[in-house]
Amino acid sequence: MKRWWPLRLLGTIVLALVLSSSIAAAQPPTAAAQDGFVPVSRTAQQETIPSARLVMIAYGFAWVMLIGYLWSIWTRIGKVERELHDVSRRIKAGGR
Amino acid sequence: MRKLFLPLTIAAAGMFMAAPFLIDGAPYESTMGLVQKIFYFHVPSAMTMFVSAVVCGVASTVYLFKGRPSADRLAVAAAELTSVFGVIVLVTGPLWARKAWGVWWVWDERITSTFVLWLIFNAYLLLRKYGGAGSEKLAAGLAVFGMANVPFVYWSVNVWRTLHPKTTVVPTLKAGMRGPFWFCVLAFLLFYVLALSARARLESRRAELEELYLDIEE
Repeated sequence: MKRWWPLRLLGTIVLALVLSSSIAAAQPPTAAAQDGFVPVSRTAQQETIPSARLVMIAYGFAWVMLIGYLWSIWTRIGKVERELHDVSRRIKAGGR
Repeated sequence: MRKLFLPLTIAAAGMFMAAPFLIDGAPYESTMGLVQKIFYFHVPSAMTMFVSAVVCGVASTVYLFKGRPSADRLAVAAAELTSVFGVIVLVTGPLWARKAWGVWWVWDERITSTFVLWLIFNAYLLLRKYGGAGSEKLAAGLAVFGMANVPFVYWSVNVWRTLHPKTTVVPTLKAGMRGPFWFCVLAFLLFYVLALSARARLESRRAELEELYLDIEE
């Protein structure tokens, strides 16, 4: 009986090792808290376009369109008036 | 109109200079915040665009049935202004939408139909410029079609489920928002009347020039 106890002890140790390793292998792998830093290449534009900028662009554009249109009418009328004046002069000169 | 032109121009300029202060004093909208203030130019531009489209359509109808050249000149002026105000609407709208909806553009019923309306009146202008002889009547027919689209564009938000705010927004505006809004509408409409008058005069002077050239040829 005394000769068998080292074998029993060895057997117990081996069994414990086998059981604990199998239990450890059955656990799901845990990710590292942070594998590394990932730089931000493109954030959502919603967070980066401020409202004030959009409002200013909208009003600025409307002003540019309205003033630009008035300017275009003014230049076109000026051109037609000059041409009218020239043609009227030619007709009067031709009529003499 | 000529006597009133200068004082009305000064009045319109004054209104446009005062508008930013009134808009600044208007309360912020609870969900959209500052970006909602685009509303005070966006909606008056849209209303003016619709008014101009109707003016163009009515003038074109008169030209088609009565043959009056003055009606045709008014139609050309109104078509050009429809395009100008359409550009303002189609640019200010997406600037507002980017913040309110998270996207620059959606193909919903109101936005798409407004874009199509704008294209129709641009087609009118292209036809008048490049269509040659007889294009006046063709363009007038197109303008009548464009005018018929206006009620569909306006009611589209009520008939279909769209992202765009419904027509109930304007009648239910709170006191702090109502005043600046209608002030801006009045400013835009006054500008429109003045610009329409000036543009129609340009067409009238061009017609006189053409007659003079014809007299020279004869």
